[in-house]
Amino acid sequence: MTVPTALLCVQHLKIRAGAQGQLAVDDLSFTMAPGEIVALVGESGSGKTMAARAAIGLLPAPMQVCGGRIEFKGVALDSRDAPAMRRVRGAQIGMVFQEPMVSLNPSLTIGRQMSEALKLHTELDAAEIRRRCLEMLQRIGIKDAERCLASYPHQFSGGMRQRIMLASVMLLRPALLIADEPTTALDCLAQLDVIELMLELTREQGTAILFISHDLSLVARYAHKVVVMRNGKAVEQGGIQDILLAPRADYTRQLLEALPSRGVLAPLPPANGPLLEVRGVCIEHLGPRSFWGKSPPKRVVHGVDLSIAPGETLALVGGSGSGKTTLGRAVVGLVNPCAGAIRFKGVDILKAANRVHRLQCQMIFQDPYSSLDPRMKIGQILAEPLRHEPGMSPVQRRQRVAETLADVGLAEHFVERFAHQLSGGQRQRVAIGRALVRRPQLVIADEPISALDMTIQKQILELFERLQKQYGFACLFISHDLAAVERIAHRVAVMNQGEVVEIGDRDAIFDTPQHPYTQQLLAAASPLERLAGGGYRIRTR
Amino acid sequence: MSAKRTLQAEPALRAPLRARRAWRYPPLNALIGGGLLLILIGMALLGLVWTPYEPLRLDLLARFQAPSAAHWLGTDEFGRDALSRMMMGARTSLWISLLSVSFAVVAGTLIGMLAGYLRGWTDRVLMMLNDALLAFPGILMALGIMAIIGASQYGIVLALGIAYTPSVVRVVRGSVLSLRELEFVEASRVIGNSEFYTMLRHIAPNCLAPLCVLATSMFGWALLSESALSFLGLGVPPPAATWGSMLAASRPYIASAAWLGIFPGIFISLALLAINLFGDALRDRLDPRMRK
Repeated sequence: MTVPTALLCVQHLKIRAGAQGQLAVDDLSFTMAPGEIVALVGESGSGKTMAARAAIGLLPAPMQVCGGRIEFKGVALDSRDAPAMRRVRGAQIGMVFQEPMVSLNPSLTIGRQMSEALKLHTELDAAEIRRRCLEMLQRIGIKDAERCLASYPHQFSGGMRQRIMLASVMLLRPALLIADEPTTALDCLAQLDVIELMLELTREQGTAILFISHDLSLVARYAHKVVVMRNGKAVEQGGIQDILLAPRADYTRQLLEALPSRGVLAPLPPANGPLLEVRGVCIEHLGPRSFWGKSPPKRVVHGVDLSIAPGETLALVGGSGSGKTTLGRAVVGLVNPCAGAIRFKGVDILKAANRVHRLQCQMIFQDPYSSLDPRMKIGQILAEPLRHEPGMSPVQRRQRVAETLADVGLAEHFVERFAHQLSGGQRQRVAIGRALVRRPQLVIADEPISALDMTIQKQILELFERLQKQYGFACLFISHDLAAVERIAHRVAVMNQGEVVEIGDRDAIFDTPQHPYTQQLLAAASPLERLAGGGYRIRTR
Repeated sequence: MSAKRTLQAEPALRAPLRARRAWRYPPLNALIGGGLLLILIGMALLGLVWTPYEPLRLDLLARFQAPSAAHWLGTDEFGRDALSRMMMGARTSLWISLLSVSFAVVAGTLIGMLAGYLRGWTDRVLMMLNDALLAFPGILMALGIMAIIGASQYGIVLALGIAYTPSVVRVVRGSVLSLRELEFVEASRVIGNSEFYTMLRHIAPNCLAPLCVLATSMFGWALLSESALSFLGLGVPPPAATWGSMLAASRPYIASAAWLGIFPGIFISLALLAINLFGDALRDRLDPRMRK
């Protein structure tokens, strides 16, 4: 019997930004057997992407390997010259990128892009290439494969594009597939879909996967082996079960603890009547304008009913395109519904003067990178909402800004900073501060944590909970992250294709979901569950 | 307390406050561009009160003299001192360019922001007119306008200003269209700010960077177009001097008295270089993200 040689063997890999720069990857070693699924887990900046890119010989400009070796099928990568490396790339090591929206060339047809690699790496004739492409597309569940070949990327959804991307990589039957956060940009149902497909295809072909992700609970379901990275170093590696049951490194434990679990909620204050009432709201998006006039509007929200009591958190969950964000924007008056009523404290805001209601109803946006004006200092950003508080003196305003900064956990000198000088988590703190500086009664939080790292997500959720306890505002929490919702929501409304399919108390929704769509969502989320003995296991529903 | 905790969790933030170094070591482009610009402006201002010779005085005995100690940049076909005329022309040339670019920037920004922000019918009508203007060669339009209002210094300003406005409109409208979709603009509306305030406070400042670049290159075009108009006889009427008209007038003598063309050319190039370097530095300085 021969000892199976490792497919990929990384030894003491060091990657530096420039000759004198910081180490992006520091002394990383791991091996992969053929067909094995190894996950590199870590937060942004941990060096996981750099390590994977080094394996395929595609480090971005200032980065360079400055130590260690990478062996693929027993041959060191640095002993291959550029043409040899190009033969390996694609043919033997495939790569799937994070952003399905930009990883396919928008001006080439799917057919052109899929056949490109086959033309390059094989001797097949055009008819055979076409046959294989069609076969592969049918394999990934595309019904009209012929038409798909002639279509352009923009005609497909994100999940579909990621499938196509995957298909075109797997056409070459690579021995190793590097998947760099392949599903981070997708909602949880599409996520599950793409990963299952990836596993199926690789199992058929015996391909090993180097799976790069920040999401430990996702990785836990699929990987054989996990390498946890932080600041370029591997802090822990081993079999997935070992790590879940008995994490040794503090950081791994920190990551596991960052997974939200069902929290104990503060009891609601007694109230007479709801704070916000949404009745039969329909919202339409204008169709694209053509030369001859408007095409018919597209209805994205169909007759939604909701209500939020003072101090209550109602979570609005659903896949992308379910209309949940649009509904949230309607509540703050950024979108006008075409039918129905939105009542805030009994007053219909669609008829009343909009501004008065906006003072007591604020919004936290999803992307902390675009929600702060790059030309304003943090102090100015926080003070801006106070323009509309007539009775406030400049001194009081300054005080309120300082108070708010402290509330969101930022030091006083942040007043003088610009948004670009802050990390993502800090920016989101500022965004929360801006929403709360006027002490609103209702806050719409539109996916406030989905753009952040795991441990930062936890911090922001904690902050949010603390502030809600302190100021007692009600919240419409829009999210596709069920784990976070389970932690902070009193009630949950599930939206699908513009309709609320199920609404109820948190425990009822999570423990005994009624609607099939809710059940699907919950099955796709499947977070880790803490065991009494200290470790974690994958929760089965 | 919680503030301390965050700072410990993210040590990278403890970096010192925004350094004041930015002013201590001005970037090289600001130094060179600003220095050259100061020299040129100084020359123009000096030309107002003193020139080595009377710039308009004819001296037929001293025609076509090569540069010498007496006439640093030589003399022209009428024996006028080229340096004196250059100093006199500096003021006219720079002033005309500055005014016409300012005109284009102000008018273009207003129209562009209106079109981009209001969209709908306003946008369509404004952009249709704008595209019609844009399709027209700038110099031809300037010629037409000059033919209507007659050759004068402010005629040129108006003509060039109108000719350059459409490009500014295009650039500003494009920026506004992409900016208005960003979340901080929506955030401003949610806060309760009026549309006008949002436009002024959040959208306009973020259009500055592309505008700075465009304005500095337009300054260059204006210097050259002014000379082209002068060459066609529609510029500042003689005997007043501009760099462009001096360059144009030197054409018949390029073989025998090359200095007459070389020096105005050098000055135009220097002015372009100065304004472009300075514009880049200004753009960087105005953008907080570029400050380190």
